[in-house]
Amino acid sequence: MAAHLKKRVYEEFTKVVQQQQEEAATKKLRMTKPSKSAALHIDLCKATSPADALQYLLQFARKPVEAESVEGVVRILLEHYYKENDSSVRLKIASLLGLLSKTAGFSPDCIMDDAINILQNEKSHQVLAQLLDTLLAIGTKLPENQAIQMRLVDVACKHLTDTSHGVRNKCLQLLGNLGSLDKNVTKDAEGLAVRDVQKIIGDYFNDQDPRVRTAAIKAMLQLHERGLKLHQTIYNQACKLLSDDYEQVRSAAVQLIWVVSQLYPESIVPIPSSNEEIRLVDDAFGKICHMVSDGSWMVRVQAAKLLGSMEQVSSHFLEQTLDKKLMSDLRRKRTAHERAKELYSSGEFSSGRKWGDDAPKEEIDTGAVNLIESGACGAFVHGLEDEMYEVRIAAVEALCMLAQSSPSFAEKCLDFLVDMFNDEIEEVRLQSIHTMRKISNNITLREDQLDTVLAVLEDSSRDIREALHELLCCTNVSTKEGIHLALVELLKNLTKYPTDRDSIWKCLKFLGSRHPTLVLPLVPELLSTHPFFDTAEPDMDDPAYIAVLVLIFNAAKTCPTMPALFSDHTFRHYAYLRDSLSHLVPALRLPGRKLVSSGLSPNITPHEDPSHQFLQQSLERVYSLQHLDPQGTQELLEFTIRDLQRLGELQSELAGVADFSATYLRCQLLLIKALQEKLWNVAAPLYLKQSDLASAAAKQIMEETYKMEFMYSGVENKQVVIIHHMRLQAKALQLIVTARTARGVDPLFGMCEKFLQEVDFFQRCFIADLPHLQDSFVDKLLDLMPRLMTSKPAEVVKILQTMLRQSTFLHLPLPEQIHKASATIIEPAGESDNPLRFTSGLVVALDIDATLEHVQDPQNTVKVQVLYPDGQAQMIHPKPADFRNPGPGRHRLITQVFLSHTAWTEPCQVEVRLLLAYNSSSRIPKSPWNEGGEMSPQVETSIEGTIPFSKSVKVYIMPKPARR
Amino acid sequence: MPEIRVTPLGAGQDVGRSCILVSIAGKNVMLDCGMHMGFSDDRRFPDFSYITRSGRLTDFLDCVIISHFHLDHCGALPYFSEMVGYDGPIYMTQPTQAICPILLEDYRKIAVDKKGEANFFTSQMIKDCMKKVVAVHLHQTVQVDDELEIKAYYAGHVLGAAMFQIKVGSESVVYTGDYNMTPDRHLGAAWIDKCRPNLLITESTYATTIRDSKRCRERDFLKKVHETVERGGKVLIPVFALGRAQELCILLETFWERMDLKAPIYFSTGLTEKANHYYKLFIPWTNQKIRKTFVQRNMFEFKHIKAFDRAFADSPGPMVVFATPGMLHAGQSLQIFRKWAGNEKNMVIMPGYCVQGTVGHKILSGQRKLEMEGRQVLEVKMQVEYMSFSAHADAKGIMQLVGQAEPENVLLVHGEAKKMEFLKQKIEQEFRVSCYMPANGETVTLPTSPSIPVGISLGLLKREMAQGLLPDAKKPRLLHGTLIMKDSNFRLVSSEQALKELGLAEHQLRFTCRVHLHDTRKEQEMAMRVYSHLKSVLKDHCVQHLPDGSVTVESILVQAAAHSEDPGTKVLLVSWTYQDEELGSYLTSLLKKGLPQAS
Repeated sequence: MAAHLKKRVYEEFTKVVQQQQEEAATKKLRMTKPSKSAALHIDLCKATSPADALQYLLQFARKPVEAESVEGVVRILLEHYYKENDSSVRLKIASLLGLLSKTAGFSPDCIMDDAINILQNEKSHQVLAQLLDTLLAIGTKLPENQAIQMRLVDVACKHLTDTSHGVRNKCLQLLGNLGSLDKNVTKDAEGLAVRDVQKIIGDYFNDQDPRVRTAAIKAMLQLHERGLKLHQTIYNQACKLLSDDYEQVRSAAVQLIWVVSQLYPESIVPIPSSNEEIRLVDDAFGKICHMVSDGSWMVRVQAAKLLGSMEQVSSHFLEQTLDKKLMSDLRRKRTAHERAKELYSSGEFSSGRKWGDDAPKEEIDTGAVNLIESGACGAFVHGLEDEMYEVRIAAVEALCMLAQSSPSFAEKCLDFLVDMFNDEIEEVRLQSIHTMRKISNNITLREDQLDTVLAVLEDSSRDIREALHELLCCTNVSTKEGIHLALVELLKNLTKYPTDRDSIWKCLKFLGSRHPTLVLPLVPELLSTHPFFDTAEPDMDDPAYIAVLVLIFNAAKTCPTMPALFSDHTFRHYAYLRDSLSHLVPALRLPGRKLVSSGLSPNITPHEDPSHQFLQQSLERVYSLQHLDPQGTQELLEFTIRDLQRLGELQSELAGVADFSATYLRCQLLLIKALQEKLWNVAAPLYLKQSDLASAAAKQIMEETYKMEFMYSGVENKQVVIIHHMRLQAKALQLIVTARTARGVDPLFGMCEKFLQEVDFFQRCFIADLPHLQDSFVDKLLDLMPRLMTSKPAEVVKILQTMLRQSTFLHLPLPEQIHKASATIIEPAGESDNPLRFTSGLVVALDIDATLEHVQDPQNTVKVQVLYPDGQAQMIHPKPADFRNPGPGRHRLITQVFLSHTAWTEPCQVEVRLLLAYNSSSRIPKSPWNEGGEMSPQVETSIEGTIPFSKSVKVYIMPKPARR
Repeated sequence: MPEIRVTPLGAGQDVGRSCILVSIAGKNVMLDCGMHMGFSDDRRFPDFSYITRSGRLTDFLDCVIISHFHLDHCGALPYFSEMVGYDGPIYMTQPTQAICPILLEDYRKIAVDKKGEANFFTSQMIKDCMKKVVAVHLHQTVQVDDELEIKAYYAGHVLGAAMFQIKVGSESVVYTGDYNMTPDRHLGAAWIDKCRPNLLITESTYATTIRDSKRCRERDFLKKVHETVERGGKVLIPVFALGRAQELCILLETFWERMDLKAPIYFSTGLTEKANHYYKLFIPWTNQKIRKTFVQRNMFEFKHIKAFDRAFADSPGPMVVFATPGMLHAGQSLQIFRKWAGNEKNMVIMPGYCVQGTVGHKILSGQRKLEMEGRQVLEVKMQVEYMSFSAHADAKGIMQLVGQAEPENVLLVHGEAKKMEFLKQKIEQEFRVSCYMPANGETVTLPTSPSIPVGISLGLLKREMAQGLLPDAKKPRLLHGTLIMKDSNFRLVSSEQALKELGLAEHQLRFTCRVHLHDTRKEQEMAMRVYSHLKSVLKDHCVQHLPDGSVTVESILVQAAAHSEDPGTKVLLVSWTYQDEELGSYLTSLLKKGLPQAS
C-alpha cells in the first residue's frame, strides 16, 4: 500500500513537470510550483510529534488546492490517517478530507469507500463525528447518486446508537440531509432496503441528550426543506417537545409544529380532556401562542415570528390573541381600549375622568375562568409588552403580517399598534410605525388614536418623525377635526424641527389629496379669510403657510368648489407655488385661467407610450445604419445622443434607459472619431507627438464604460458583455496609440501581454455569450488569437488597428428596468456665508444628509469625498448604520464627516461630494476556499475605482490657528 | 417519613407582615421578617414567641432570608435580631442590603419621633442588625452550611427583589417573595428555571385579577396627569420611596421631555436622593433598556424632577408631587393630601395597593368624608384615581410562574383568603398539584420522598453493562452488589471490594445434599455414569471427572459413595456454594430423577 502511494506521489510530481513543459508556450508561470501532495507528504513525514503534524496540517489548510491535485492530497492524508495515533491529528485530517471533497471540479466518490472504512475502525467519538461530517460533505456533493446516499444513510443508522451525543448529532444531520425522499425507489440492486428515515429520526425525539433531540428536530426540518412530506403523526410528538426542559429543543419544536401546521392545516385534531375537535392549524396556533410566554426569550422570539406567517388560522382564534379577558376581584372588566371605543361611539369625546369608569362590571363564574389553557388568548398582548425588545419587534412584525391578510384583525390590532408608538426603545417605535403604514389601507384612525399617533411627532428622533410623516401620507382620517388636528400638529412639528420641511410638505400633499371633502369646511379657517373683511396677505416665504397651501391645493384638485373660497392673493400664490414647487402643487382647474398642462391620461401603458416608441425608433435607426459614410454616422450619432438626453429630461421614467443608451452611443461616437483622426495616415515613426484626441478618447470611453457597468441598477449580463467589449476596444485603441507614439519596443511588450491576458479573461468570463458577438471586434480577435500569441508587438498592433476599423457596431439590447444611480446632498446646502470656524489641528464635524436613488448595496459602495482648496482629497467611508432605507430603491445617508486642516489665513470653500466605488471583481464567482476569508481575493484582474455621482456642495470653512 | 413543614407567622391569608417558617429536612429557615402597616400595636410584628417557646431563636433557625426591601417584608428585622435576639446569618441581595437600612431608619423615625412610641428599636440596633447580613448575587448558590443551600432568582417587583430557592439534598422549596411577571419602565420580569421544587410558596396579592396591558395603564396615567396639570390643578401621587416611585418618575420624566411641559415635578426629599443614588448604582438589576443606554445617560439622573420642600405645597399653579408613604397613612403624603383635598381641580392618584384601615383604602372605596386625628372631619373634593401600577403578578402571571417552575405543591401567602380560594382551585384544576393556603400560625405538613443518591463503583457498573444491554432510563434493572453506608453517603460496590474495604474475611456458605440412587454397581462406575450423564445434559457447562472419582460441574462437587446400610443404594453427595445456588438446585433435581439406564 505504502509503496503504491509513494509511486503515486512521484507519478504526480512528474506529471506536473510535464504540464510545465506543455504550458511553457502559453507562458503560465503559476504551474511551476511543486505538487501540493508531494509537499504535504514530505512535511508530514518530517513531523516528529503529533503537535508538529497538526501544525503542518493547519498551514496546509490555509492555501487552496487545485481540483487536479485533490485526489493525490487525499491519498496522502489517508495514509497518514492510518498511521496516526493521536486523535487530534486524525480529527484534523478528517476535517480536511471534508473540506477537500467540497473542492469544485473534484468528484469525491473515490474517497467515500476509504472514509467509510476508517469510520468502522475509529474509536474516538470526536473523530467519528468529524468523519460523519466529512461523509455528509461527500454526500451533499453527489446528490444524484442514489446508491451512495443509501449507503451513507446506512452508515448513519449504524452509528445512531453511539454513546456520544456528537456522533448521534452528526448521524441525524446526515439522515436529514441525505435520507431518501422517495419511498418508491424500492429495493435497489444492492439489496439495501430503503429505510423510513422519518421514523428513525422521530425515534430520537426522546433521546436523553437535549442536543440530540434538537438535532433530530432539525433533521426533520431539513427533510421538510428537501421536499419530503412529513407525516401528520409527528405533530403529537412535537407537541410533547414543547414542554422540554431545554430551550433549543423547544425553539426547534416550535418550528416543527409550524411546518406541520402549514402542511396539514385542515386536519382535525381532538382537544384533550374534552370531546371537541378543532382544525390542526388552529390547534398549532394556540400552542405557538402559548410559547410566546415561554421562559426563554429565544423561544419567545421564535414563536412570535412564526405566528405572523400562520395566515390560515380562523379569525376567531386570531382575534383571541388580542383579548386578555380582564377581571378584577373576579368580575369582568373592560380594557381601556374597549372603553375608549365606547366613549367614541357614544359621541362623547372626553376622557375617563369619571370615578369608576373602569369599575368592574358583571360577576364572573369562577368555574368558567380559564387562566392558562386559553390557547391563543392574549398572546400578542403578552408579546407586545415583553421584557426583551427583540420579542416585541417580532410581535409587531407578526401583527403586521396577520393584519395585512385580515382586514378585521387589522382594525382590532390598531389600538395595540398605537400603544407601541410609546415604547421605550426607538427601534420598536419605528417598527410599529412602519407596520401601521403597511396596513393603513385597511384602517381608518379614530380621533383618539390619531391623537396618540400625532403625539409622537414631537419625538426628537428624526427617523421616527419621518416614518410618521410617511404613515400620515397614507392614513385615512374620519373627521375634519382629525385633519385639523393633524395639520396643527404638523405645523408644531415644523416650528420645532425646521429641517423636516420637505417631509412635512409631502405629507400634507397626500393628506390633502386623500381627504378633499374633509378639508373643504376647514378652508376659510385655514386661509383666515373673512366674509366681509380683507385680511392681511400672509408671508409667501413662511414654510408653515406653504404647508397649509399645499394641503388646500391638493384637496382642491378633486374638489371643484373649493377655489371659490380662495381670496385673490391665494391665486397669485398658487401660480407662484405651481412653478416653484411643482412636485407638491398639482395643476388646478381654476375659473378664468387656462390649464397650464393637460396632463397625461394615466391609462396609457408604457409600450403604447409615444415617447417610448420614439426611443425605440431612434435607437433602431442608429443600429440599422451601420455602413453609412463616416461623416453621416457621426452626425446621426450626435443627433440621437442629443435626442435621448432631452427625452430623459422630459420623461423621468425613461431617464435611465435614455441615459444608458446615450452613454453607449457616445462611446461609439468617440471611438469612431478617434479612428477618423489623421494620425493614422501618417507613417508611424514620423508621428512622435502625443496624440491628444485619440488617447483622451480611449480614456473617456473607459470611464464611460465603468459608469455604464456600475452606476445603473438592473444591468443584466448581456449588457455587461457589450460594455466589456466596448472597454476592450478602448484598450486596443490605447495600445495602438501608445505603439505609435512611444519610442522603443520595451514598454510595448508589457502592454501587449497585458492586453492579450485581458482578451483571455474576457473569453473566460463571457464564454456563454460569445455566440451573440458575431462579427464583432472580439470575435475576430479570438479567431486570430493563436497568431497574435506568437507575433511581435508591432505586428499585433497592426492587426489590431485593421480589426478595430473593420469591426461592426454592436447592438445594445435594452434591459427591462434600468435606473441610474443618483444622489442629492440635502445638507449642507452650500448657501451659508458664515464659515465653519474651528481650531486647526482639531476636527470639526460636518453633518451630511443625502438621498440616494437606485444604489445597490450603498453600505459598501457609497463614499464621501472632501476636496480641500489645496487639492488634497479625503475619502470617508460612512458607517453601515448611517444608511436608512425608507423605500424600495431609495436610501438615505445621514452621517458626519470630520474635517481638519492646518491653519488658513482666510475662510475658503471645501467641496463635498458622494462617490460610487466599484470593484470589477465583484462579478466573478468565488471559489469555496475563499469563503473562509483567510485568503486574499484574486487581485490580478480586479480594477477598483470611484465614480462621482452627485453634484458637489461647497462648504465654507475656516481653520483658525490655535491660541497659545 | 421526611416532610416539609411550613408555618406562616404573618402573611398567611393576609397582606403585610410577611414571615414564614419553613422546616425542610431538619433545617429551619425563616422567609422574610416584615411589619404590618395596618396596626400600630404588638400585632404589627410577627409573633416570634411561637419560636422562642422552644428556646433561643439562633438555636432554632439556620438562616433568615429577606426577599426585598419593602417594610412589610423586612420591617421587623431589627426587632427580631436585636430585641428578640438572633445571631445567625441573614441573607439578602445587594440592593436590598443597601436600601433596607434607609427604609428601616425612616420607619423608626416616624414611629418614635412622630408617634412617640417607646420600646422601639434604635438606630444602633438597625446598624447591628445589618452587620449580620450576608449579600447574595443573582443565581449564586450559597452554602449556608454543609447541607442547606440557597439561590436567588430575579423577581422584578422592586430593585433587588429576589425569589429564593432553598435546597437540602434533593428536597427544595422556592419562595417567591413579591414578584412581577410583566416588565415595567425600570425593571425586568421575574424569571425562574424549571427547578421543580417540592413546594412553591408564592404571593397571591392579585389572585383574582387579570390586568390590562401596561401600555394602556401608562397612557392613562400620563393622560390624567397631563390633563390635570393643563387645568392648573395639582397632582399628588402617594408612593413608597422606592420601587413604583422610580418607575413613575422615569415615565413622567420622559413624558415631560417629549411634550416639553413646564410644570414642576417634585419628589419628597431626604430619602429620595439616597434612594435614587442606589438606583443609579444597581444598573444590572434594571431592565434591558436602562442597562443598554446607561452609558450614554443614566435614566435615573432626572432633569425635570426636583426635591420637594414643605413650603411648595402652598405655592400656586400646577405641580406634580410624589410623596411618601404610599397608603396615605402617615407622613408627608398625608399632610399634602389634607392641604389639597378641598379643591376639586386637584387630583390624587393612588398607584398601588392600600391595606385596609389606611386613608388610601378609605378614599379608594369611595368615602368622601374622613375622620382625621383629633376628631376633625376632612371633606375630600379632589379627584381620586386608582391606577394599578402595583408591581405584583396578576392571576395569569402567577399561573405562568407556577408553569415555569413546575412544583409538586403550591402554597399561597400574601393575599386575601377569599381571593386565594379562587386561585387555589384554579391551580389544582389546571396543574393537578395540591395547593395550600394556611392562615397565620397554621402549619402545613408535606410528606416528601427524597431520592437518595448512591454512588456505584465503575468496575461494578461495567461488569453489569457487559452482561446486558445499555441502561434504559425507563426500566428498572436488577443489580447485585453490596451497599455500604459510611459517613452518611451511600456506595454500591461489588461484594469482593466491600469485603476488602471492610477488612472482613469471606464466609463460605455451602449447601450439601444427598441423593439416594438405587444402584448396585461400584462407586467408580457410578461416578462415571453420573459424569457421562451430566456431560450429555449440561452441554454449556464445564463438567470434569477428577482422578479421585468425584465429578465437578463448574464449582459444584458431586461424589458417589456406598450407602453404609444398604449396599444396593448409592449416595450421591452434591455440594455447592451459595453463589451457585441456581445451578446447584437444578443439578440436584436433575440427579433426583435418576440416571438413565446404561446403554
